This record gives sequence, C-alpha cells and structure tokens, in this order.
Amino acid sequence: MSNYITEIDQKCEIAVDDTILIKDVECTAGSRILGGFVPLFDAEAVERIKKAGYGIKGKTNVGEFGLDIIGETSYYGEAQENGNLIGAAADEVKNRKVKAALCVDLNGAPRRAAAVSGQTFIKPTYGTVSRYGVIPCACSGEQIGVMSDSSENTKKFLTIIAGRDDKDGTSLKNDSYDYESKTELSEMNICLIKELLDAADEKVAARIRSVVNFLEKSGAKTEYISVPEVRYAQAAWQILLAAETCNNISRYDGVKFGYRTPDYKDIDELYIKSRTEGLGILSKETLIYGSDVLSKGRYDVCYDKALRVRRVVMDKMKDVFGKYDAVLIPAGSTFEYKKYPLDKAFENVYKESLFTAVSSITGMPAIVSCGVQLVADHLNESKLFEIASKLDLSEVEK
Amino acid sequence: MKYEIVIGLETHVELATESKIFCSCGGHSNQEGPNTCVCPACCGMPGMLPVMNKRAVELAVMAGTMLNCQINKYTTFDKKSYYYPDLPCAYQITQWFHPICTNGCVEVKTASGSRKIGIKQIHMEEDAGKLVHDDWTDTSLVDFNRTSVPLIEIVSRPDFRSKEEVVAYLEMLKSTFRFAGISECEEGAMRCDVNISVRPEGSTELGVRTEIKNMSSLVSISRAIEYETARHIDAIERNTEVLVQETRRWDDIKGRTFSMRNKETAADYRYFPDPNLMPIVIDDEWFESIKAKMPMMAEEKAKIYVEQGISEEDARDLTSERKLCELLDKVAELGTSPKTVAAWILTDCAGILRKNGKVIGELSIKPQKLFDIISMVEKGTITRGAGKKVLAAVIEKDVEPEQYCRENALDAQTDSGLIASIVKKVIEQNQNAVKDYLGGKTKAFQALFGACMKELKGNGDPAVIRAELEKELAGKQ
Ligand SMILES: [Zn+2]
Repeated sequence: MSNYITEIDQKCEIAVDDTILIKDVECTAGSRILGGFVPLFDAEAVERIKKAGYGIKGKTNVGEFGLDIIGETSYYGEAQENGNLIGAAADEVKNRKVKAALCVDLNGAPRRAAAVSGQTFIKPTYGTVSRYGVIPCACSGEQIGVMSDSSENTKKFLTIIAGRDDKDGTSLKNDSYDYESKTELSEMNICLIKELLDAADEKVAARIRSVVNFLEKSGAKTEYISVPEVRYAQAAWQILLAAETCNNISRYDGVKFGYRTPDYKDIDELYIKSRTEGLGILSKETLIYGSDVLSKGRYDVCYDKALRVRRVVMDKMKDVFGKYDAVLIPAGSTFEYKKYPLDKAFENVYKESLFTAVSSITGMPAIVSCGVQLVADHLNESKLFEIASKLDLSEVEK
Repeated sequence: MKYEIVIGLETHVELATESKIFCSCGGHSNQEGPNTCVCPACCGMPGMLPVMNKRAVELAVMAGTMLNCQINKYTTFDKKSYYYPDLPCAYQITQWFHPICTNGCVEVKTASGSRKIGIKQIHMEEDAGKLVHDDWTDTSLVDFNRTSVPLIEIVSRPDFRSKEEVVAYLEMLKSTFRFAGISECEEGAMRCDVNISVRPEGSTELGVRTEIKNMSSLVSISRAIEYETARHIDAIERNTEVLVQETRRWDDIKGRTFSMRNKETAADYRYFPDPNLMPIVIDDEWFESIKAKMPMMAEEKAKIYVEQGISEEDARDLTSERKLCELLDKVAELGTSPKTVAAWILTDCAGILRKNGKVIGELSIKPQKLFDIISMVEKGTITRGAGKKVLAAVIEKDVEPEQYCRENALDAQTDSGLIASIVKKVIEQNQNAVKDYLGGKTKAFQALFGACMKELKGNGDPAVIRAELEKELAGKQ
C-alpha cells in the first residue's frame, strides 16, 4: 500500500494529508464517498507553503475523515510498520522521504502517529492556521498541524502556515506568530496529570519517566497533579466531535460530487445506497451518535452539556497554566497499535481520545516529541518548541 | 355562532445586499440562467467556510428598528439539519438560539380601524436553492443561484384577526422595506407562512392550528385564509372532517389548500450553534452608526413634502418609491421648488413612461438633466411643450437637454419680428375668429393664439405671441 492517494511531484519535499484540499487534485479524506472529488482551490495552508517556495509531493492517506486512531479506517488501506499502525504522513517523514507533512488533527491521529514513529508533530492553538480548505468534520476543534523530524523543522513550517486568514471566520487576528523561546527550559514548571499516566501502558510510562529525568536534569521543576476533568473532556469532546462531524458529512449524498451508487430507483434510494456503500463503519457510528446527541430531548442533556463541560475544562486548564508552563502527558495508551476489527473502531478511538481530548476540546496547543505529549496554554507554542528542541538533543529514546 | 380567526405570520424577506450572506457571490436571486451565481461555498463544497456579510446584519438591525424590536447585542448562528436536494450542505445556517431582534410591534390600519400586531422575533438565515422540474426528461434539476441569499424571517405573534389585517401588514412591510432599501421586495422576494386557527368569538382557547406554507402573492394569501377559515368552521359546525395540526399547501388554480405529507412537520432539525461563525456583538457604537445610516421612514418623508407645498396624494405617490424621493430631493437642491419637481416627476415623467409601457418605479434620469429641463422652461428658453419633448428624449435616449434643443430647433421663438408677421398672417386667414373676438367672444382669442403657436411649431414664446396678438387685435377695434 502506497502512502499516497495521489502523487503529485516526486521531487518535492512536503506531504499533505488527504483531508486538505489542493486545487485540481482528487481529495478523498480516506473515504470512498469522496472518491473522485476534485477541489477547485488550494487550502490556505497549502497556498502559503507554495508561496514560501516549497512543492507538494503528494496527498498522504488518512483514516476516514481523520476520525480514527492512526489511519486504520481508510477505504484505501492503511500504513503499517512491522505489523503496527504508523500513519502514512509519519512514515514518509520518518523515512526522510519528505521534510514535513501537513496533517489535520481533529481527534489526535497525527499526535499518535508522531508518538509511535518518533517524529515531532505540533497541533497549534485553534485559530492560528486557517481551516480554509480542510475537509470539515469537528470544526470547533480541528486544526492543521505540522509533522517533521525535529522541533526546528516543525517550527519553521508552522511559522509559514500560521497567521490570520479572512476566509476563516474563526481565524485569530495575528498576521503572523513568533515562536522563538522567551522562557528557558531551566526556568519552567512542568506538571504531569496522574489520571493520564495511570491509563497508559508500561512502555509509555517508562518513556514519561525518562523525559521527567531529563527535564529535572535540565533544571526544570516537575510535579504530579490530579485533573479529574480529563475524563469529562474525553466524553464531552466525543459528543461535540460526533455532532459536528455528523452535520458536516451529511452533505455527501451521492448527488453533487464523490461516490454515487450505480443503481437506484429514486432520490431516497440514491441517498441511502450512496451513503451505505460510501461510508465506513466508524463514520456511520459517529453519525448515529452525533444525530442522537443533537436530537430533540437529548440536546440539553448531551450537546449543550458538552458545551458547558468544554467551558469547565477550559477554566481548569487555565488554572493549571496559571501555575505551570506546560503539562506533560502521554500521547496515547501505547507505542504499538495493532490492526483490529473495525466494528470496534468507535469504542477503541474513544478510549485513545482520553489522551488527546484536553487539547482538542480547549484548542490549546500540543506538541508530540520523543513519544510524549506536552500541552501549553493558548498561544504558548514557544514554550512547547523550547522543551521539544531540548528533547531533540537529549538522550531520551525517540 | 360567530367565529374569530387567529392568524400568525412567518414572513421571509430577501435582503438587498450586494453579495450573498456567507460568500461573495452576487446577492440577487434573479440571475441570468441557472447556476450562474454560485461558488464552491454556496454549492456546499467541503473546505469552504462561511464568512459573515456585515451588510446583512446592518439591514436586519434596520428592519428590527423599524418594527420597534429590541436589538440584541449578542447574536449567534445555528445549523438546522435536513435533507433536501435544494440544500447543498444538508444544513441551513439560521438563528435558533439567539435571534438578532426580539419583541417588537407594529400598528396595522384597516377599514375597521387600527390594531397593534406583536413581533415575536426577527432572525437572519440563508435561503435554499430552487428545484426545477423538467417534464421533457422527467427529472428534477437544481439551481443554486438562490442558496445563501440573505433572508430575514419576521415571526409575528398570533395577533391578526382578519385577512384584511394580514394584507395591510404585508403591504406595510413591503413599502417600508422597499423605501428603506432593506429589500427590493420583488416578485418572490417576500414569502409567507400563515398559521391559522378558528375559535368561537369570546373563547380564550385556541383552535386547531394549520400552517399554510410558502405563499408570495397577497391575493393568494388572502384567498388561502378565506378558504382555510371556511374549512375550519365547516369542520367545527358540521363535522365535515377532523382538524389536525398540520402543514398545508395552497393551490392557486384549484383554489384550495392540500395537506402536505407530514414528513416535514415531524422532522427533527437538530439545531446546534455553528462553530464556524463567531457570535456577533452589536455594540453601541455599531448600532449608532447603523441608525445614522437609516433612511427616514416613508411617512415622515411624506409629511415633509406636504409642508413643502406638495399635495398629500402626490406626497404618498412619491414616497412609494425611495428612488423618486431621492430624485426629487436632488433636483430641488439644485435650485427648484419641490412642488414643481413633483409635478414634473408625477405628471410628465410618469406620462412618458406610461406611453412606453413602463411604471414610474422604472424611472431613471440624472437629477442634473431634469433640473436643466425645468430651468429652461422656467426661464422661458423653451416652452413647456418643448420641455416635455426634451424630457422624453432624455428618459428614452439619455440625451443632453441643451444640445438636443439646439439640434432640434426647440428653442422658444422670441423674435418679435417673426412672431408679429405670423400673427398678421393668422389674423388674415381667420377673419371669422377675429370677428367673434371683436364681437365679445373672448374664447376666440385662444383659437387665434393656438393657430399662431401651430405656425411656430409649438416653439413660440407664449408671452410674446400673446402681446403681439393683443396689439394687433386692438388695432382692429
Ligand atoms: Zn457563493
């Protein structure tokens, strides 16, 4: 299985996930239902990369709409390494086929891919990179991030794509961002969230311990704290993600673009058969769940409550960042994700989202480096890059 | 038994913005051909994000202010989900949780008096596309020109008690919005859902309510209310059928309403806040700047015209079209009396348009040109008759008035020598009229005057002709 859905130019150095639009290049989002959809314009991030003088090597395969663990739900097959899921973009970066890849993080897939492949990925603050040209799913949390082999390269390409875009109403006002460090690692206070450490396997726990050792040696202070709200973040993000995704992928009906069932007798059957054949099981379960949490009588106890939980988690994390510069947590429960029967996908993805939901639901930036995840307050990417750049030079296993 | 009708209206009005509500496509739904005014955003292609059109917000605020609503400082947009081929995203962006205007009221005047109608709320939303059925191939085609055209939906309280009140209310909305430039209110740009129930007079309980969807002509609305009222009363009095709460469709040809499949009323629209559109905050500063841009209401303007000496009827005619008021004001500003301009617009311009099969609303003339014509007539450079000819040429071909007069020899003949010789000739040829005049029939003077003017092809200076004619006739006595 190739890592690319479409190869554009072998000589170029940047890969772009197939959930991001490139003009005149088919965009499938890993789904059969978008097969043959050719967009009419470049995503803003792609345009900025091109303007900066880089070319696009191709569209890397992703799990359907990017909803899964690491690409295992793609209609077009999945990327594996020694029987473990790795993710197409991470595989390309790891094998030095490209300098960097643009990936959409909506439920943590690129963060997990970076962790298992030992690469660096940053999901910046919500609103810093334009979502213009991203196949929409969970609009209130999804962000384009950068995957590369080092914090230095990640920073370089994030600087290129970040900045105000009037075509995205949620874009923040800053025209550009300065990610150079203002705080030295030696002056930082970093905390670890117990609830998340307890949920990861021994290999992940050991990696976290060696990172803690390094941080302490570098002069940073570390501390273990309890944040029970992480469980609420996981549940609330599931509701928001499913509801928004359900709403956004309702437009794929077999009429206007993408896949259309070959045989149908009327419009209802055209809709039903195209969607039945075109969507994978994880998307379907997400749709059912999303429809339910928005339905009459359920909205107040599900969706509206999830919005309020988002606020609670936001407040809690703001509190945490009042005392600490960054939070150190696992990126996932393990470094080895095996392929599994996809009727378990909805449940499995939910379990893994425990580690990524805090940053997804709050829009706070998260970086994955040396297999661990660091989260900072909104617009504090410079702190994350400072820590990751030191980790790059450390003895910690990648 | 006597019955009371209880009616509430949901009125959709297309806003007169230059572009659609969330993309930069032209805002008008009446485009050349199908799908000529579309872009990836309003076609529902993934990757495009809605960007709020500020002008639409301003027009909604103006509408709310005119209907005496509370303008909410904090307003948000929500998604309403349903499948229909004319809805490209399978959701419509509307305002469900925090509409822009709430709690207004308007006065509605009918022959039986004046009553207050409550406005529950005004919210903004995007329009859907149109389905066109092609009988030849027996397929339905979809036209997205209208998708994302900005609308406001004005939801009244169930305060109407007669079809006359409904019609008066809608006419008032139409003229107010047209005059204020909020909506062109063209054919189809204002659509109404009518909620109707009937109850015995004096009862405080509401009867079974039916909703007649999507009507745009006032005549149809009035007929539909009449039909539906009779149907309800029949059902109550003679048990002709069991009334159920449902949505019905008006058939203009058959002259009756039909139950629509109950699918749509039973639908769960799964509203939720649109994460792609930030809440809109209308702070005092913005609100004041919108208010400052608001045009005067038609009634106030008419009052001012009456004070300026224009008749009440003319004032009403002028204020039916904002364009006419703007034209009049500009011409008057250049230095003519408003009353004179009003006459030129309502009599002469209207007459010329009528001859060409047009209505006064279609008048298009540069204020400076109208002013030039009026002042040439007032100064006596041309006669009023010649003025009308120039006016027609200006309206039809947009010519330059003075140049046109010169080229077509319309300048008034003031050469008293020439006029004197013509007067002599006319007197020669009309001895009978001269005799009549000398015999005391003063009307004969008019005939002689007319004959002179005819000789001068209508371009003679009336004052000079009159003077010459009087002098000549005096000599005969
Ligand atoms: Zn458009």
